[in-house]
Amino acid sequence: MLSNVIVICIAALSLALFLNLYRLIKGPTLPDRILALDTMYINTIALIVLLGILQQSLIFFEAAMLIAMMGFVGTVALSKYLLRGDIIE
Amino acid sequence: MPFWIEVIVSLFLLLGAFFALVGSIGLAKLPDFFRRLHGPTKATTLGVGGMILGSMLYFTFLNNELQFQELLITLFLFITAPASAHIVAKAALHLKIQHKAKHTETQDDANAGKKKAKAKAIEKPESNAESAE
Repeated sequence: MLSNVIVICIAALSLALFLNLYRLIKGPTLPDRILALDTMYINTIALIVLLGILQQSLIFFEAAMLIAMMGFVGTVALSKYLLRGDIIE
Repeated sequence: MPFWIEVIVSLFLLLGAFFALVGSIGLAKLPDFFRRLHGPTKATTLGVGGMILGSMLYFTFLNNELQFQELLITLFLFITAPASAHIVAKAALHLKIQHKAKHTETQDDANAGKKKAKAKAIEKPESNAESAE
């Protein structure tokens, strides 16, 4: 039962990632693209957690944690660049 | 692993996937940037939270010991999602992104509207929208 549910969840998250990719490519303005990247890393964390359940391994937790931290730093850096024209003043 | 734990874990996972999908559909379909901001920052964060809760339950019952460290990801996301949304919105305001809202009121317009409404209450309400156009 759980393996079927995991397959359904992976399908839903893949669809979500494709929608984010659509917004990343189309998105008329730069903040749209930043937001799409932000959503993409959050969805990727969910995918990695699912992979961890599927393989019954706790190692993927560290990968998800790293992606969460680096994604936040990336979003802040990109927005800061748009806001100030410079990342570290 | 007993069946009822699988049911609970599956419910959490499905809930999480549903909310993540709803957030991404909102990001793809809503008409302008400031409305698109709502989907990822609220729905998708909740979706990942639910998914990680399911994973935590699963590993707790798989290893027969409490697994709290995955809650760190949820905690981190719940702290950083509002901060990143705030800074992206600030960048969008700085770039003066166009939005399609009907009633656009700046601070000055709102203040003028209040004064006008105090002076004569029967004045037509469309004046704010016109001045903002």
